[in-house]
Amino acid sequence: MAHFNSTEITPEIVAGHGLSPEEYQHILKLLGRTPNITELGIFSVMWSEHCSYKSSRRFLKTLPTEGPRVIQGPGENAGVVDIGDGFAAVFKIESHNHPSFIEPRQGAATGVGGILRDIFTMGARPIALLDSLRFGEIDHPKTPFLLEGVVDGISFYGNCIGVPTVGGEVYFDACYNGNILVNVFCLGLVKSDKVFLGQAAGPGNAVIYVGSKTGRDGIHGASLLASSEFDDTTEEKRPTVQVGDPFTEKLLLEAMLEAMKQSWIVGIQDMGAAGLTSSSFEMAGRSGTGIHLDLSKVPLREEGMTPYEILLSESQERMLLVVQQGFEQAAIDLFQKWDLDTAVVGRVIDEPIVEIEFEGENAVRLPVHLVVDSFPKKDKPTQKPAYLEKVNQLNLTQCALPESFGDALKKLVASPNIASKRFIYEQYDHMVRLNTLVLPGSDASVLRVPDTEKALAISADCNSRYCYLDPFQGAQIAVAEGCRNVVCSGAQPIGVTNCLNFGSPDKPEILWQFEQAVAGMGDACRFFEIPVVSGNVSFYNETKGEAIFPTPTISVVGLLDDQKRFCTQAFKQSGDRIAVLGSTLEELGGSEYLNTLLGLCEGPIPQLNLKAEKKVQSLCLELIRKGLLSSTHDCSEGGLAVALTESCITGDGLPIGARVDLDSTIRPDALLFGESQSRIVISFNKEHLASIQSLAKEYGVPISVVGETGGNSLCISIQGQECLQEEIHQLKQLYEESLKPDGR
Amino acid sequence: MNCGVVVFPGSNCDHDVYHILKHVFGLETKWVWHKDRSLKGFDLVVLPGGFSYGDYLRAGAIARFSPIMDAVINYAEGGGRLLGICNGFQVLVESGLLPGALMRNRSQKFICKPVHLRLENHDTPFTLGTQSGAILKIPVAHAEGNYFADPETLKTMNEQGQIVFRYCNPEGTVSEESNPNGSSENIAGIANTRKNVLGMMPHPERCADPLWRDRDGQVIFKSLIKSYYS
Repeated sequence: MAHFNSTEITPEIVAGHGLSPEEYQHILKLLGRTPNITELGIFSVMWSEHCSYKSSRRFLKTLPTEGPRVIQGPGENAGVVDIGDGFAAVFKIESHNHPSFIEPRQGAATGVGGILRDIFTMGARPIALLDSLRFGEIDHPKTPFLLEGVVDGISFYGNCIGVPTVGGEVYFDACYNGNILVNVFCLGLVKSDKVFLGQAAGPGNAVIYVGSKTGRDGIHGASLLASSEFDDTTEEKRPTVQVGDPFTEKLLLEAMLEAMKQSWIVGIQDMGAAGLTSSSFEMAGRSGTGIHLDLSKVPLREEGMTPYEILLSESQERMLLVVQQGFEQAAIDLFQKWDLDTAVVGRVIDEPIVEIEFEGENAVRLPVHLVVDSFPKKDKPTQKPAYLEKVNQLNLTQCALPESFGDALKKLVASPNIASKRFIYEQYDHMVRLNTLVLPGSDASVLRVPDTEKALAISADCNSRYCYLDPFQGAQIAVAEGCRNVVCSGAQPIGVTNCLNFGSPDKPEILWQFEQAVAGMGDACRFFEIPVVSGNVSFYNETKGEAIFPTPTISVVGLLDDQKRFCTQAFKQSGDRIAVLGSTLEELGGSEYLNTLLGLCEGPIPQLNLKAEKKVQSLCLELIRKGLLSSTHDCSEGGLAVALTESCITGDGLPIGARVDLDSTIRPDALLFGESQSRIVISFNKEHLASIQSLAKEYGVPISVVGETGGNSLCISIQGQECLQEEIHQLKQLYEESLKPDGR
Repeated sequence: MNCGVVVFPGSNCDHDVYHILKHVFGLETKWVWHKDRSLKGFDLVVLPGGFSYGDYLRAGAIARFSPIMDAVINYAEGGGRLLGICNGFQVLVESGLLPGALMRNRSQKFICKPVHLRLENHDTPFTLGTQSGAILKIPVAHAEGNYFADPETLKTMNEQGQIVFRYCNPEGTVSEESNPNGSSENIAGIANTRKNVLGMMPHPERCADPLWRDRDGQVIFKSLIKSYYS
């Protein structure tokens, strides 16, 4: 019954598996024989861009991944960073872009499910999720459907499993009309000496399958859906999207954490992209061992599945464990207590091969390293794109000042990228597990670390317009802003994870963007001394040849030693002084102001001086730690005027107005709405003024005391001359209502 | 005072209420597994929030058939104090221990936010030491919290003092605007006629830890302790 070996391998079949003729020739040479269809399927997924990182590896190698706190860097399911008191933070961000575009609810839901498994596979209990979402223009006919579906999927999965979704970011831009981005970040906590890895050590040990049954869903999700761009046939790929079951994942999570308290787990890996194939090959690869699998033992959802289908299925909520010989029954009993499907499906073997049998016949026999690491290494070319010249020639003299600065502010406050995302985060349970100290809607979310005095702050950031105009500095700014956001909450940045969303790496211009962005990110991370401990690359984000803006999303994790000393962006009381840390230059390139009011996407983008940035951050942190500040707010999209507005209107209680006078001679629109980097708006009791000024001097940070909180309006003047005065209740209403589906 | 927190497959606020009972109020607290069949020795049993059985079919509809539920029903009928929060409330309604039904929110969406509650009956073991008319700020987090009962049942419940919490605005006015999910008469929490069983959609355990600024949820746990010792 050699039904699984009978298919003849034709060039069409090879092409249908996303393998180039050159790659196929390489397989023939490595094996010294023709692979059977199952083996071809294995090469197809393992050599896909999604699993092999074949185009990105050489660049990713340049990122700083080490540091005194790093327990586990890239290469495992997630990164692990020590936070003291015997605990470590485990985190990663991952994309689920293409599935979410063609089936938004399930695509986003399984994105959440996948990243959660990456975290608890490491032995950590997930304590928070963030989402970085990017949609097409708000008025694009598909946007409401995609937005609603994605939010619904995240809400459905995260709420059910009981891990709070505590924040994130949502952007709208035409470049995502045909390819949305759904990047999901998860943070978990683990005892620092109880980190589990994806290893298959110890020949003779049992390979145990646990979780949902394997079905025919998601076959070729990684190789065909995630590793090619969209075209007219995109809708036909819907069957490659998996279907999520958060209830089973909840059982799997609790069962795993219970199992990890036992002594018998040797290694563990999530069956995510490329399912059973990648988990078995990667675990063996990391340990220099081999694995023997009997596919007849795998719990199946339907009859008649072939080895090909079983190996390539991306059914969700499944794990592969290596368990010490002799403890098989203990493991099975524990998983059955949680009503999970489980079976011993194989053994670890000495010889570094993966050997797969099915119904008594040999289905696959492949050396591990051939599959994991032997794809043809050919550096794809890079080339600076021609568009960059053209888009960096902003001539401000041709941009008229707005007739009313107040109206300009209102337009910005109501614009989709700035307006409140409350209607979205109210659909997420952001409080479950009682750790969320700072709820969504501030610069960063803050989670307490139970059983300690500490807390962790997390953010997700990327201004992709900046990255389009200047990939190197745009990525640097993403790192700087991520750090600034966690610093504004009172935390010291300790680690970074990234999700690099780009177009097709087969185009030299796109790969150049990637190269530059990774270089900029690495540069900034090295300067701030924060390691990149995990990440994910998502290429082929383009439709009919149109790529998205390069979008290297950065998530920064920061540590607060005292969970009571966190800070938020809203003004706390009337009569506080307001000051700006950092300098405001005449920089409008790449700004939300130019985009919203003039429809311009032109650079040069704001300069980033890493040294100045670091000084501002160090000062801000010191001021918060000394308890001198009432509020801190990063100045980003929409500039100073929007930052001030947000501080007025985003508190729990009634909004608090402000009266501000800016002493500067630059263009007033650049002063109000420009996005100069390394600035933080702070408010504080006036008794602290002298201490704050002297610390600013000591740290070498320019500080301008600009005004005072109070009243019912935001009133901004420049050198004594009033340029805008707006009712804060009206600003709040615009901010809160503009993005709500029924408010538009 | 011995407390039991029932863990159904899919419960996810079980750890939270356990933490509040055990670590904040220092009460003897134990887990009760859904496959257990006894609730002997407990002075308070909590059915926690979450998504028991994934909320598949209908929230609470499958959990009512869990092995532990016979014991829960016997315990309640024997006068034991039983608190159902969110999904726990849904289970109590599905199992017939409390009247009415909990339907999908009016908005058709999950809602997570702090709401204000007006205390309608201070004469229950869950609300002792408070005053009717008091206003509490407690978060909700649910997709199926739209309470429904027919007019006759509502009338009886009103007469019997079974309506314990109503959604209101910060000033205590019960209005359509302050109704987050479309519940009949803005009902947020109800008791049985004997007042030993309380079901509520808002989560008191989410605002009972002294670490938070909002601590109104403490009222319910303090009241249970007070009624136990009086």
